[in-house]
Amino acid sequence: RGGEEEEEEEEMEGRHPLYPGHIPTSPLQKALLAAGSAVMALYDPYRHDMVAVLGETTGCLALPNLRDKMKNHPEGYRILQERPRIRLSTLDMARLQGLPDGSLGREYVRFLEDNKVSPDTRMPPKFVDDEELAYVIQRYREVHDLMHTLLGMPTNMLGEVVVKWFEAIQTGLPMCVLGAAFGPVRLSSRKLQVLATELVPWAIRSGLNASCVLNVYYEQRWEQPVESLREELGIFPPP
Amino acid sequence: CRCRALLSGPAGALRARRGLAAGPEMHFGFQTVTEEERREKIYQVFENVAKKYDVMNDSMTLGIHRVWKDILVHKMNPCPGTLLLDVAGGTGDIAFRFINYVRSVRQRQLQRKLKHNQNLSWQEIFDSYQKDQFNSLGDSQVVVCDINREMLKVGKQKAQHLGYSEGLSWVLGNAEELPFDDDKFDVYTIAFGIRNVTRIDLALQEAYRVLKPGGRFLCLEFSHVSNPLLSRLYDLYSFQVIPVLGEVIAGDWRSYQYLVESIRQFPPQEELKAMIEDAGFFKVDYDNLNFGIVAIHSGFKL
Repeated sequence: RGGEEEEEEEEMEGRHPLYPGHIPTSPLQKALLAAGSAVMALYDPYRHDMVAVLGETTGCLALPNLRDKMKNHPEGYRILQERPRIRLSTLDMARLQGLPDGSLGREYVRFLEDNKVSPDTRMPPKFVDDEELAYVIQRYREVHDLMHTLLGMPTNMLGEVVVKWFEAIQTGLPMCVLGAAFGPVRLSSRKLQVLATELVPWAIRSGLNASCVLNVYYEQRWEQPVESLREELGIFPPP
Repeated sequence: CRCRALLSGPAGALRARRGLAAGPEMHFGFQTVTEEERREKIYQVFENVAKKYDVMNDSMTLGIHRVWKDILVHKMNPCPGTLLLDVAGGTGDIAFRFINYVRSVRQRQLQRKLKHNQNLSWQEIFDSYQKDQFNSLGDSQVVVCDINREMLKVGKQKAQHLGYSEGLSWVLGNAEELPFDDDKFDVYTIAFGIRNVTRIDLALQEAYRVLKPGGRFLCLEFSHVSNPLLSRLYDLYSFQVIPVLGEVIAGDWRSYQYLVESIRQFPPQEELKAMIEDAGFFKVDYDNLNFGIVAIHSGFKL
């Protein structure tokens, strides 16, 4: 349905869709979307689509930055060329499950099973007005679960906030910064303490120390042990 | 102004706007599609928006749509015993207002009757209560007809939630080909529905057919704003704000983009009046509400 409309559609702004699902927007619309999605995301935390929209509408500085980091790195460059996608249809789940414990593939699958999540629930980008940047943000979304695996954080509110802190340092995306800052609002004081004293400082140190996590071709490293990948990237062991 | 781009030539544009089968090409918002595609796309739009339909209406119009609908029913001024057909009535807004209106008119009727009966004995007064008690609507009825199952579902749930049961029927049907016999209804309404009909001429003909002689046609629909300053502000609000509201509240930009485009594609007041006259209605006129943002067209079958 998206493809059909893309062929026929003549956006009244005079702009044309650049990729399937692209909705060209004016600066005013982007501003309204950013504000509206921020409010809605806080009001109803189950609206993951609002978090996604917020990321897309506020990422105009951070995304080109990320893309350039990828371009200037051999592995990142290859990712931009080959555009791999992490989806259930492209992953060989049986093979990953068969890998030894401690390997990236095995731990990733374990993470998906334990937290009952799937890589297919990531929203495709709509409001990014550059086709390559749209891929970058898509890659960032799909790699998010691998972040959880590398950082050893579950998908509860606490775990998500920790990953957001890490991502905020790594990517500079305003959506991550906002998520990191406002996410803790809904946590109990005990959790807040753990967060503030142990987890966040560790996340920040790791984020600053680590090389760009988008420059890793994860699909070619399923056999690599998680410990070794952490060391390679510069992520300190989780507390 | 952003609109008017696609349709090929003025004659084609006119015919496409009138919803006539101008060859295979029709408009869906600002896109060009075939008749069948248009019906399907519109069905999908309303399937997607059904659950958030009322919330979106309130957000987009800042609640003013309620006033517009009140005005429609007041203009109708139904008396108890009226049989109303509300087409594209989906979530029941007009139907519920009709029932409320008729109930209050009936209340006043009964009160007046009581006043006249003050010279009767207690027993006789009590007997008259019994007779009228179960007739709070005075035999009025409303049939809500909609082509979209999801919208009807939401409407039925709303009715249950709000406590409407008497005098209300829900029928799945197409405005271009109504499942009703000739000369059946006293009033036919279509509120914010005719814009989504693919062949408006057929819908008007059907409306004429199912109305009794003396019956009234009422249409509440978005129309054209002639005031240039207001028109620009209205366009700005429509195209910049409404799709954003759609995305934020309903998670659906495209359906609301379609909505604002379809308003621009719809015939203006005079043209719609001519189409209604073509279907055979007499004494056709219209009232602009809010400078033409919305208009109520009325006609009679004589």
